[in-house]
Amino acid sequence: MNFWVIQGLNGLAFGSLLFILASGFSLIFGLMRIVNLSHGAYFMLGAYIGLSAIDAGVNFWVAILIGGVAIAVLGAVIERFILRRLTGQPLAQVLVTLGIAFIIADACVWIWTGDPRSIPMPHELTGAFRVQQLAFPIYRLFVIGVAFALAAALWFLLERSRLGAMIRAGVDDLNMARAMGIRTSLLFSVVFCLGSALAGAGGVLAGPILSVYPGLDTDMLPLALVVVILGGIGSLLGAFIGSLIIGFIYSYGQALFPDLAYMILFLPMVLVLTLRPTGLFGRQAI
Amino acid sequence: MIRTSRTQMVLSAVGIAALLALPWLVKSDYYVNIATQIVIASILAMSLNVLVGFGGMISLGHASYLGVAAYLTIYLTAHAGFGPLAGALAAIAATTILAMLFGYLALRASGLGFLMITLALGQILWGIAYRWASLTGGDNGLGGAVRPRPFGVDLMNPTAFFYFSLIFLAAAFWLIARFIQSGLGQSLQGTRDQPRRMRALGYNVWLIQWMSFVFAGFWGAVAGLLYAYYNQFVSPQALHLTTSAETLLMVIAGGTGTLFGPIVGAALVVILKNVVSAYITRWLMLLGIIFVAIVMFMPEGLVPGTRRLRGILKKHQASPTTQALPVTGERPT
Repeated sequence: MNFWVIQGLNGLAFGSLLFILASGFSLIFGLMRIVNLSHGAYFMLGAYIGLSAIDAGVNFWVAILIGGVAIAVLGAVIERFILRRLTGQPLAQVLVTLGIAFIIADACVWIWTGDPRSIPMPHELTGAFRVQQLAFPIYRLFVIGVAFALAAALWFLLERSRLGAMIRAGVDDLNMARAMGIRTSLLFSVVFCLGSALAGAGGVLAGPILSVYPGLDTDMLPLALVVVILGGIGSLLGAFIGSLIIGFIYSYGQALFPDLAYMILFLPMVLVLTLRPTGLFGRQAI
Repeated sequence: MIRTSRTQMVLSAVGIAALLALPWLVKSDYYVNIATQIVIASILAMSLNVLVGFGGMISLGHASYLGVAAYLTIYLTAHAGFGPLAGALAAIAATTILAMLFGYLALRASGLGFLMITLALGQILWGIAYRWASLTGGDNGLGGAVRPRPFGVDLMNPTAFFYFSLIFLAAAFWLIARFIQSGLGQSLQGTRDQPRRMRALGYNVWLIQWMSFVFAGFWGAVAGLLYAYYNQFVSPQALHLTTSAETLLMVIAGGTGTLFGPIVGAALVVILKNVVSAYITRWLMLLGIIFVAIVMFMPEGLVPGTRRLRGILKKHQASPTTQALPVTGERPT
C-alpha cells in the first residue's frame, strides 16, 4: 500500500515536470507547426544556467527566473533569426532545431563538463510531510502544485483571455486568423518565447529531483514527444493528461521492472496510435 | 531518374575500379578500415534514402535497425550459442519484423507526425539498450563477437573484410536500384509527389509506404550486421538519435532521391568525423552546425548543389534529373 502511494506521488511529480516541458512543446507545435527538437536541450540548458546562478550565490527562486528568462531570450533569437526565415518549410525547421539541439548539448558538456550535478533544494522546501507512517518529500509536493497552477494559468490564458483567443484561432486556421487581422508573426514570437521560458524554468525546477547531466535533453525530449502523441496536438488538456499517464507509467515501471521501464513506454504509444491516431484529446491526426 | 548516360557509365566504371583497387592504393589498414566504415554507412544511408528521397518520409529513427540488428547479431552469436549464419539470418529477420511494427505505428501519421513517432520509437529503443543492463550490458555495451569465416576466408584481415562489405554494398545498390525502378518503387515516388492523386487512382498508399518502410528496415539491418562484425562490439550509441541524425545528414548532404548521393554523403560524413575526432572532441557541435548550415544555405544537398553550380558555370540550366528536396517544403497532401 505504502509503495503504491509513494510511487504514485513520484509519478505525479515526474508527470508534473513533464507537463511543464510538454505544454510549451505542444503549444509551439499546435500553433506554429514547428516540431521543436531543441526543447529538451532548452530544458537542460535552463537547468545548467540555474545551477550556475545558484553557485554564484543567487537564491533558488531567482535562479528559476534567470533560467526561464535566459532560455526565453535564446528562443526569441532562434525564432526571429532562424525559424522565421524558414517559414512554410516545416521539415527544414525541424532539422534546424535538431542541429541547434546538438550545438547546445555539446556546448553544455564544454562549459559544465560531463559530471552529473544536482541542484540544491531551497531549504524552505526540504524535509518531508508526514501522514501516519508515510513521508512525502515537500519539494515533490511543491512541484506538483506548480504544475497544477501552471495548468490552470495556461487554461485561463488560452480560454479566457484575448491573447488566448488569438492563439486558438491560429491553431484552428492560421490563414483565416491572419486574414482577420491577427498579427500572427507576433503571436508566434510570444508563444515560442513562452514555451522556451517554460522549458528553461522547468529545467531548474527539475534539478533537485532529476539532477543535471549530459543526456538529460535526449532523455526528456522523447518523453515530451510521447506525451504529445498521446494527448493530441495543441491540446492543453491532452498534454496534462498525457504527462500524468507517462509520469505514472515511468514511475511504477521503474520501481516494479527497472530493466523494462522504457519498454513499457511503447505500450501507450501502440495503443493510442492504433486506436486513436489523433491522440486522446486532439482534433486532428498528427 | 535512373537513366544512365555515357558519362555516368564511365564514371561508374572508374568508381568501381577505384573501389576494388583501394586496398592496394592506400596500403594502410587504417585507411582500409575507414573505407569499410564508409561502405557500411553507405548501405545504411541508401536504405534511409528509400524513405527520405523516394518516399518523402523523413525518419529520425533509422539507427533503430542498425542498432537492433547489431545487438541481436552479437547477442545471438556470442551469448546465445547461435552459429554465424543462423545468428546473422535471425538478427536480420527479427529486425525486419521490428521494422514491420515500427512502420505500422509511424505510418499512422505523415510528415511531421511520422518524424516524431520514428524519433520517439528510436529513443525508446536506445533507453532499453541503455537501461536493460542485464541483457545489453547497458552503457558498457555488448562485446565478444567474432567475425565469421565464410568459406575459410579470414575476415579479421581488414582488406578481406572490406571486400566482404563491398559485396553487400553492391547487392544493396543493385537491389535498391531495382526496387526504385520496379512498379512498387515507382508508385512510392507517386505517393511522395501526389498522395491524394495516387489514392484516387486506386493505389493503396499506406501499403506502398509500409512495404517500402520494411524494405528500408531490412537494408538497415544488413548494415547493422556488418556494423556488428566490423566493431565486434555494440553500445547504445549505435541506437542513439545522433546516429539517426548522422545518417539523415548523409542522405541530405549527398542529395536525396539519387542513388549515388547517399554514398557520397556517407563518405563525407565518415571522413569528416574521423578527421575531426582526431583533433578535437567537438564532433556533436560540428554535426549541429553542419545541419543548420546545410538547411539554411544548401537545402538541395551537395551532389545536386555542385551539379547546379557546375550548371551555372557552364551557363546551362541545372539538370532537372535530381529531385527537389523534401526538406525545402512539406509535401502536398
